[in-house]
Amino acid sequence: MQYLLLICNDESGFASLSPEERSAMTAEYEVFGNAMGSRGVLRGGERLRPTSDATTVQVRDGKVLTADGPFAETKEQIGGYFVVECKDLDEAIDVASQIPGARDGTIEVRPIWPM
Amino acid sequence: MGATRAEVEAAATRAFREEWGRVVATLIRLTGDWDLAEECAQEAYGLAVDRWRRDGVPRSPGAWLTTVARNRALDRLRRSRNEAAKYEEIVVASLNPGPSDGDPSGRDQSGSEPYEGTDSGIADERLRLIFTCCHPALSMEAQVALTLRTLAGLTTVEIARAFVVPPETMAKRLVRAKNKIRNAGIPYQVPPGHLLPERTVAVLGVLYLLFNEGYSATGGADMVRQGLCAEAVRLARLLAELMTDEPEALGLLSLMLLHDARRAGRLDSAGDMVPLEDQDRALWDSDAIAEGCAVLDAALRQRRPGPYQVQAAIAACHATAPTATATDWAEIASLYKRLTEMVPSPVVELNRAVAVAMAEGPDAGLQFVERLERAGKLAGYHLLPATRADLLRRAGRLDEAQAAYREALALVGTDAERRYLLRRLGETMPT
Repeated sequence: MQYLLLICNDESGFASLSPEERSAMTAEYEVFGNAMGSRGVLRGGERLRPTSDATTVQVRDGKVLTADGPFAETKEQIGGYFVVECKDLDEAIDVASQIPGARDGTIEVRPIWPM
Repeated sequence: MGATRAEVEAAATRAFREEWGRVVATLIRLTGDWDLAEECAQEAYGLAVDRWRRDGVPRSPGAWLTTVARNRALDRLRRSRNEAAKYEEIVVASLNPGPSDGDPSGRDQSGSEPYEGTDSGIADERLRLIFTCCHPALSMEAQVALTLRTLAGLTTVEIARAFVVPPETMAKRLVRAKNKIRNAGIPYQVPPGHLLPERTVAVLGVLYLLFNEGYSATGGADMVRQGLCAEAVRLARLLAELMTDEPEALGLLSLMLLHDARRAGRLDSAGDMVPLEDQDRALWDSDAIAEGCAVLDAALRQRRPGPYQVQAAIAACHATAPTATATDWAEIASLYKRLTEMVPSPVVELNRAVAVAMAEGPDAGLQFVERLERAGKLAGYHLLPATRADLLRRAGRLDEAQAAYREALALVGTDAERRYLLRRLGETMPT
């Protein structure tokens, strides 16, 4: 089964990191990526720029409405994602628990729904 | 050779209570379809009443029911064009029993047939079912509802009534839970070794919640809902049987038995709550107490203490004291101290305060209570001001006690507890 792992955390935390701390975090994500890669579960994943760089798009009455910011104002925002292929939810949970962002943020595990 | 209607109905009722969980669990394992499993189990039960009246009650009702339900399921799968592949898969699997996944006992025999009433292997099916029902990815209310429906065999209407929600709400809750299991890929298994400890805690938590729902309602007139307690005890007993090297399962069973033993003494004829120290101990169930203590001893022999065992030990102190004044409060206070170390929680601290007050006097207990109030963690919990009120009353500080009882009355949930607090409040008023 395929799952989307959404990495949600408080962006202000990341913003207040020093350059050394940021590269340490990047290194941790590399370790995670390599481990999951050799386990054969990774199907994709990216880091996202913060919500200050986000744009929303809606179409209402034929008009395209564009605005600055994330689609919802929440304390935690999506900072990245992974797509994984796992035997079952327990395996997906195990993978999610090893994402560095799980330690101070939240990982949402969503089953992908093939059309 | 037939059987009388009464005999058949008695046997069917017994089989229903004892076998439902097993039959459903086996069918889920076989078909992977929870709804199909329940429906076929239901049909088998319906058939049983007719057939057993005609042919007599079978030597092994469980095996009969499972076989019939299984055949029904295979029949339906074969006839449904979409499920032909699944039917093939099941037939092949049943001819080639393979190793089981995540089954710690290694006794899985679900692939072998026919079911001849042997317990080994079949018991494991219910273990798979319990752990799946109590998977942390399901909401707590879903876990409880699913456990009651599939393991205890309560109807949706019965479960709805127990939790005071409309039947449609409970029906939707069950549907959503089964959808989640299927759509999110919750595996139907006993969790693998490294997850077993935390998942076992989750299962025990569900059973304990169930027992507490039955033991004290959170609202309304009745404090005791006997049916849920009985189901919780039954499930705890099953879990203790299935997980013989998990002392906390024994601890939970002991705790339930010891609490349940006091049921007859908890309420007076007006339905009012009788405090522990005033209960007529002759009304307590001495057999249940004896069993509870024996189960606790068995747990403690494994030398792996845990929170349920400690709580059971506290309950045992109460249950074995011949009179309220003979209660070993010092021991209870020390057990609560142990418990706060294992499960730091303000409610446990509050109970410890009560024990300390009994062992060392109300002033000692008040120190604990005041510390809790300063920490602000139990705001809105009526037992905090109620406890303070009791301790102040016993310390002779009646004006302060009155104010505290009033605070508690503003927060209390059940009628029985409200009447109790009003009575105590009356005792603090100048005559």
